[in-house]
Amino acid sequence: MDLPPDHAPAHHGVAPHRCGECCTTMRGIGVRYNGKPVLDNVDLHLHCGELTAVIGENGAGKTTLVKCLLGEIPHSGEVHFLDAAHRRPDSPVIGYVPQHSSFDKDAPVSVLDLFAVSLVSRPACLGVSRSVRGEALNGLRRTGAEDLVDRRVGTLSGGELQRVLLALALTPVPNILVLDEPMSGVDHSGREQFYELLSKLRREFDLAVMLVSHDLATLARFADRMVFLDHRIVCEGPPAEVLRDARVREAFSLHSLS
Amino acid sequence: MIESLLAPWHGFVSSLPFEWARYEFMRHALLAVLFVSPLLGALGTVVVANRMAFFSEAIGHAAFTGIALGVILGLADPLWSMIGFALLLTLAIAWVRRRGGLSSDTAIGLVMAFTVSLGIVILSRGGDFARYTNFLIGDMLAVTGNDVVWLALLALVVFALFFFFFNRLILGTLSPALARSRAARSGRAELAFACLLAVVVTCALPWIGILVINALLILPAAAGRNLANNTAQFFGWSVAISLVAGLAGLIVSFYASTATGATIVLAAMAIYLLTLLRRAAS
Repeated sequence: MDLPPDHAPAHHGVAPHRCGECCTTMRGIGVRYNGKPVLDNVDLHLHCGELTAVIGENGAGKTTLVKCLLGEIPHSGEVHFLDAAHRRPDSPVIGYVPQHSSFDKDAPVSVLDLFAVSLVSRPACLGVSRSVRGEALNGLRRTGAEDLVDRRVGTLSGGELQRVLLALALTPVPNILVLDEPMSGVDHSGREQFYELLSKLRREFDLAVMLVSHDLATLARFADRMVFLDHRIVCEGPPAEVLRDARVREAFSLHSLS
Repeated sequence: MIESLLAPWHGFVSSLPFEWARYEFMRHALLAVLFVSPLLGALGTVVVANRMAFFSEAIGHAAFTGIALGVILGLADPLWSMIGFALLLTLAIAWVRRRGGLSSDTAIGLVMAFTVSLGIVILSRGGDFARYTNFLIGDMLAVTGNDVVWLALLALVVFALFFFFFNRLILGTLSPALARSRAARSGRAELAFACLLAVVVTCALPWIGILVINALLILPAAAGRNLANNTAQFFGWSVAISLVAGLAGLIVSFYASTATGATIVLAAMAIYLLTLLRRAAS
């Protein structure tokens, strides 16, 4: 694979005028695991109102990049968050939608409980207050999931659970929304609906969204920007452009895709 | 003099028209059950939700080594050495888990085998192990008035801490990554809960018995899970079932002259089976 040399990363072509609207910047992010670089000098700007899709093969460092953004693992380089007034908040609000397969569906926890344990410190086992219920309903309404408020989490379908988790990630409205393979194991029509919803919400709340996924065909329609990651950023830009890149086509065997 | 606090209790229960109510040891045992059962039922919800059943089992079994340490140190009551050792073990297991070198059940299994063997080896020196068999099946009727007062204080503190950590524990159970993104330090809450659990299990052991204590943590919560649709119901059912099983087991064991701890477990098991039927029916 012919990677560009370090000093001239391919993504310098990103239009600089957008940086005034940057919500989140990652600069020079590096992570090593057992001496091997998992991420090497990754620069990523996430803009308000834009859906940035991070694509790459398994083991390319996508989930590691998400963990850096969430502050879960030590890394070199810097992550900065900006709020709507372009200030740097002390404790940025990050909306995070985990993979639904990683979610424990056994526990007798209702959707309302999920909001309660996330939002307040009053123990949910002693009941959930009316104001939290109102807040949960408000959040769920955004993703059309208010009917699910009293359902046990384990009885939700993959698509329903993702709408609930998205609603939770938007309560309170975050500085940035991060989704890690949100649609793995969800059927095709569920995916379409979910991405459409995400697209709509991103505009409505002027949200910076980072989405990690394999789902190239669907992402091509919904993402504003695509970033191809292979331990470093190989190329980035509008989806149509990135999907034309020979390196991306090779990695995802796209010649078979019309 | 602490025991004088219990005078109204003794007065009230003795006035009940039951044979068992005439005995002071039964009145103490009843009070102990009223404190211990809800405590185990409450902690059990997180044990079951967080898949810590094997851990709590190991903590119970580690009491062998705790008792042995007490004997070596020449303590009159080995409770403090038991608690100290249980806490040490909790930290050790957490450390091994965190290093990620071993899967959790392997790490716990190894540690449990080691501590049980070490305790038995020390306690059986000179063929004296029979003295300690009381710990295996427990002796609920040995509860003193003093014990009950301390137990009440313990219950108060444990419940307060349990409620303080509860939301973070549940969120961490559902999705550790989600918990971290919400800056809920579920790792710390989990360690704090494990320590709390170690203390409660160890304190209740001499009465309920090493062999059966874990069942009292797990059965009420497992039964509650079959009935509940949300966290409040889960908690409520678990505590209520634990209380009912505790009271039924205590009374039955009095008339049947059986070990109280094991009798309570059978009562809890019966309730669990009922909840299974109920769940299968719905």
